Amino acid sequence: MSSSKWTRRDFLETSLKTGAVVAAVPAALQGQNSKEDAVATAGPNIAGAVPITLRINGTDRQLRVDPRTTLLDCLRETVALTGTKKGCDHGQCGACTVHVNGRRVNSCLSLALMHDREEITTIEGLGAPDALHPMQAAFVARDGYQCGYCTSGQIMSAVALLREPCGPDDAAVKELMSGNICRCGAYANIVAAIQQVRKSA
Amino acid sequence: MQTFEFIRPADPAAAVATAAQAKTAQQGADVRFVAGGTTLLDLMKLNVETPTRLIDVNRLPLDKVEATPDGGLKIGATVRNSDLAHHPTVQRDYSVLSQAILNGASAQLRNMATTAGNLLQRTRCMYFRDTAMPCNKREPGTGCPAITGSNRMLAILGASEHCIATNPSDMCVAMAALEATIHVQGAKGSRAIPMGDFHVLPGSTPNRETVLQPGDLITHVTLPPPIAGSKQIYLKLRDRASYEFALASAAVVITVASGSVTKARFALGGVGTKPWRSPEAEAALVGEPANAANFRKSAEAAMRHAKAQSENGFKIELAKRCLTHALQMAMTA
Repeated sequence: MSSSKWTRRDFLETSLKTGAVVAAVPAALQGQNSKEDAVATAGPNIAGAVPITLRINGTDRQLRVDPRTTLLDCLRETVALTGTKKGCDHGQCGACTVHVNGRRVNSCLSLALMHDREEITTIEGLGAPDALHPMQAAFVARDGYQCGYCTSGQIMSAVALLREPCGPDDAAVKELMSGNICRCGAYANIVAAIQQVRKSA
Repeated sequence: MQTFEFIRPADPAAAVATAAQAKTAQQGADVRFVAGGTTLLDLMKLNVETPTRLIDVNRLPLDKVEATPDGGLKIGATVRNSDLAHHPTVQRDYSVLSQAILNGASAQLRNMATTAGNLLQRTRCMYFRDTAMPCNKREPGTGCPAITGSNRMLAILGASEHCIATNPSDMCVAMAALEATIHVQGAKGSRAIPMGDFHVLPGSTPNRETVLQPGDLITHVTLPPPIAGSKQIYLKLRDRASYEFALASAAVVITVASGSVTKARFALGGVGTKPWRSPEAEAALVGEPANAANFRKSAEAAMRHAKAQSENGFKIELAKRCLTHALQMAMTA
């Protein structure tokens, strides 16, 4: 692989560092809601943006976001944590699953503003390539993915499931994982990975 | 999405005062409370809901489940659906409520959704959700394309020539069978609304779905003392085994003594424009031997006024079987 290859990830990270605006409030609405037009201390300078603090993967992030910014878009676009995916953007697929105060939620159906001063955990905060979370390791061991797009949501959902009341059998796991859809159909291995972690706990 | 001012009120009174400035609490509201956001944000992304002010109620002290002095239960407006479903008192004394909630949505959504939000859940009708389509609920007077169009998931009870949209909530069906009371703090004081009176039929004003007025903040729901010895079942019939709305569902609460039904409360979901109680069907069952034939007779009474749309006539028989089966399941619950 050429080391000079410019990837999409490189472009996104560079754009965000140079402060390129990723979400624009229409000019007609700029005067309507903004309480101050002060330059943002962190994040893009958008008229009408609101300051919030999110504790993401253990680190406090001071941000300014358009009020309409979902938690999902805030994580992906404002904070550049793109491990959480946007599948349907309507709470129907689970690809956007993250933990808020330790509980699994669909980040696409929540506003970043609603979570001011709350603890957010994303897939990036779960483990690292050289220090995998046991659930991540189980997904690898059991081949619990194909294209990988639903995978971060599946893993976040599964980790939260470990802390929820759940019957012992596969049917119970399938029921509680029904909010995470996999177009590649890796369900059998996903359930096997989850059960492996549950049984080894 | 329409932009908005995001407000976090210090207390319920402040929330009420701000919301009281809204032109309406019904479809088209310019001021909305936001709790879990699972219905509201979904519809805001579709521009079906376009509030210019959002009042965040998540940090108000409305998140407890407590016993009431009369032996019933008080459920705070912002209690998460998952917490309510797993609450030991609910599982022991109001099991149909726990069953109903766990049959709805997904785990993620149940962690976000709240008691009050679920009471106010909006229809899934595809025409309502598409601003390119006419819709009497969204824009009164534009017509109901569902009646002559795609209506498989829509209502056979409580519909009108203006609107046939189903109420999609599972929690509400159980709350109806349990005869819950909804407590509201409004601009003019507090009041208690029986569950059966909370949702209104579409009639000629499908844009109005509840009796709520601008400023009305649901603070809590109360359940009466549990019916001793009651058998409770929630049965949901749908195209998928999980994470899918009901084609027909039934919440039943019955007591049986010496083989005869002594008390019967049930409600139907997936088939009505609001959670559907049938007093005649309940009355028909009380005093009768608790057997399949009488359950079926009661179910037929419950569906006597059902009117099929062009694509959902199957729901009439399905709902009868659903209720009959739920009652049979209750016998061994």
